[in-house]
Amino acid sequence: MESLTQTIQAVPLNHYILLSAIIFSIGVMGVLLRRNAIVIFMSVELMLNSVNLLLTAFSVYRGDASGQVFVFFIMALAAAEVAVGLAIIVMIYRNTNSIDINVLNRLKW
Amino acid sequence: MSTFYFIAFLSIFFSILVISAKNPVHSILYLILTFFTFTIHYILMNAQFLAIVNFIVYMGAILVLFLYTLMLINLNKESEPVKPFMVKIAAVFGGGVLAVALVSSLKSLGVSDPVVLKNPELGLVKNLGKVLFNEFLLPFEVSSVLLLSAMVGAVLLATKDPQETKATI
Repeated sequence: MESLTQTIQAVPLNHYILLSAIIFSIGVMGVLLRRNAIVIFMSVELMLNSVNLLLTAFSVYRGDASGQVFVFFIMALAAAEVAVGLAIIVMIYRNTNSIDINVLNRLKW
Repeated sequence: MSTFYFIAFLSIFFSILVISAKNPVHSILYLILTFFTFTIHYILMNAQFLAIVNFIVYMGAILVLFLYTLMLINLNKESEPVKPFMVKIAAVFGGGVLAVALVSSLKSLGVSDPVVLKNPELGLVKNLGKVLFNEFLLPFEVSSVLLLSAMVGAVLLATKDPQETKATI
């Protein structure tokens, strides 16, 4: 483990923030770009994960374990969210025979 | 140090493939690869507990759930509906503007200190367990209620109405 922890010694915190910001933006792009409900859901997962990575980086940077515990809670929340969300998608598919989100555009009004 | 940049490049590359793959199954497989690179990031920061949890919960449970749902939903009759070209351009532009805004606000921070692991025990299960069961005991218990309610809600949503099923039979 010693050799592993040596490898991060020289990475500035800014680069972690940069990486997380880029992946978060890719997730936002995915939500805007796709019409398949499952792929949109996966983009949301991508955003959640980029935030998790940033929280862990901050936690290591500050030497505070609370950040990593918070990431653990986010993961539990994401698991619950995925279960409910996929159930909703299955139900939408059963009712409309499609997972194109444009079928649900009446929700806008 | 170069390990981090290589893995970061792989994360960005695979996450772009996630949103650009035509086939949703390929999309999920690329998402698994992305999460694997995230696990490597956690290992590099010596957050071993989170690496294992990320590996088991995200790659093992959540993405299998995604794949399972995708198999349940029969997608072979139609490929993905295509958005108009202008909407795609607008979507990429919007995401790009968000990225540029975040990065340029980051620029004003100046150069930061490198991430140095002061306490190598920080991300180990022993240390995290002590924090979790002392300071965060109440949120931990509440999250069990959350998981239970999510399970009940998912079952309730995904099962058919009994009257409806009887009517169709």
